[in-house]
Amino acid sequence: MVALAANDDIESILALVKDPEISVLSIADLGIIRRIEEGEDGRVVVVITPTYSGCPATEVIEADIADMLKLHGITDFEIRSEISPAWTTDWITSEGRRKLEEYGIAPPAGKGKAALLGHEEVACPQCKSANTEQVSEFGSTACKAQYRCLDCLEPFDYFKCV
Amino acid sequence: MTDKDMLFDYLLRLGDNSLILGQRLAEWCGHAPMLEEDLALTNIGLDLLGQARMFLSYAGEVEGKGRDEDRLAYFRDTKDWRNLLLLEQPNGDFAKTMARQFFFDSFQYLQFEALSNSSDDRLAGIAAKSCKEITYHRRHSSDWMIRLGDGTDESNERMQRAIDELWGYLPEMFEMDAVDDAMVADGIGADVAGLRTKWDAYVNGVLAEATLTRPEDSWSVRGSREGKHSEHLGYILAEMQFLPRAYPDAKW
Ligand SMILES: [Zn+2]
Repeated sequence: MVALAANDDIESILALVKDPEISVLSIADLGIIRRIEEGEDGRVVVVITPTYSGCPATEVIEADIADMLKLHGITDFEIRSEISPAWTTDWITSEGRRKLEEYGIAPPAGKGKAALLGHEEVACPQCKSANTEQVSEFGSTACKAQYRCLDCLEPFDYFKCV
Repeated sequence: MTDKDMLFDYLLRLGDNSLILGQRLAEWCGHAPMLEEDLALTNIGLDLLGQARMFLSYAGEVEGKGRDEDRLAYFRDTKDWRNLLLLEQPNGDFAKTMARQFFFDSFQYLQFEALSNSSDDRLAGIAAKSCKEITYHRRHSSDWMIRLGDGTDESNERMQRAIDELWGYLPEMFEMDAVDDAMVADGIGADVAGLRTKWDAYVNGVLAEATLTRPEDSWSVRGSREGKHSEHLGYILAEMQFLPRAYPDAKW
C-alpha cells in the first residue's frame, strides 16, 4: 500500500489540475478522481473517470495530470480510466458547486433520476431568481444547457444533471 | 462462428450504429437552422462518437488481431459495417434528421437500458454510462417531434413526410439473428424483439401529441448485419476515412 502521507501528497498535487473547459474547477472538485493506488513495482496509479462519453476534455485532463505529477517529481505513474460506475454530477463537491455558481454557471439542481428527466428548478447564478427558462438542452460543452433568467434577463449556462 | 466472433460482431453493431449516426450529425455543424441546434446536434454526435470509441476499442480487443478503434473505424469497407440502414440515410431537411434521431433515440434508450444489466461487465458499464446521455437525446428529439408536428402546416407536412420516408427502415432495429440469439442466451445481449411493445407505446404517445399519423407497415428493408448497405454508406465512409487512408500514420 502507498503510505497515507504519500497518498495525501498526490491528492494535493492532483487538486492543482484544472478542468480544461471550466478553469475555476479542479478535477477534484468535479469528482472525476476515483482513487489513488499503488500499482506493480510501487508505481502510483491514478484512476479517473470521464464525465461524458465523448468529452474531448478527457484526454487533455490525462495529459495535464501527467504534467502536474512530473512537475512535482513523480515520474513513475500510470493513469487509468474507468467508466463504471458512471460519473454523476452528484460527485461534484460542495466546493465545486460554489465555484461554479460564483463563475456564473448554475450548478446541477437536484439529484438522481427526477433531475435527469427534466424536473429541475434552475436558479439564476446572478440574481438567484428561480424564474428562469431553458433556451436549449445543449450548450457550449457536453455538460451544459443554455438558460435565461426572466427577472434579470441574463443568459447563463446550467451544468446539467447526469 | 465462435463465441468470440459473435461477441466481436455484436460489439461492431453497437459501435457502428453510434459512429455512423454521429458522423451524420456532424454534417450539420455550421448548417443547422439555428445556433442552439447546431450545438445540440454536434453535442449529441459527440456523445455517439464517445460510445463508438468504447465499443470499437472493446471489439478490437475481443477480436485479438491488433486492430484498435481507429483501425476499425477507418480501414473497413462497406460490407464489413454493421450499422442499421436507418442511420446511414441522408440527413434531408431538419425534420428528417430529427425523425431519424427520434426513432433511434427511443430504440437505443431501451436497448442500452437492457444492456446495462448485461452479464458482460464492460458492456454493461458502457451502456449504463451512455444511457444517461441518451435520456437527454431522446428528450430533445421528442420535443422537436411535438414542436414540428404540432407546429405550422408546413412543419407538420414536412415531419409527416419524414416519418413516412423512414418508416420502412425501422423494423430492422427489432430484428434478431443467430448472433443476437446467442448473445441473449449468454446473458450478454439485449432481446431487441422484446422491446418493440415498449418502443411502440413511447413512440405512439409522442406521435399522438405531435398530431402526426403513424404510417401503415407497408414496406421494409433490411440487410445491414450481412453487410448489405444502401449506397449512402459508401459516401459517408469516403469522407470519414479519406484522411487516414491517404496518410495512414498521420498524427496531429
Ligand atoms: Zn437573474
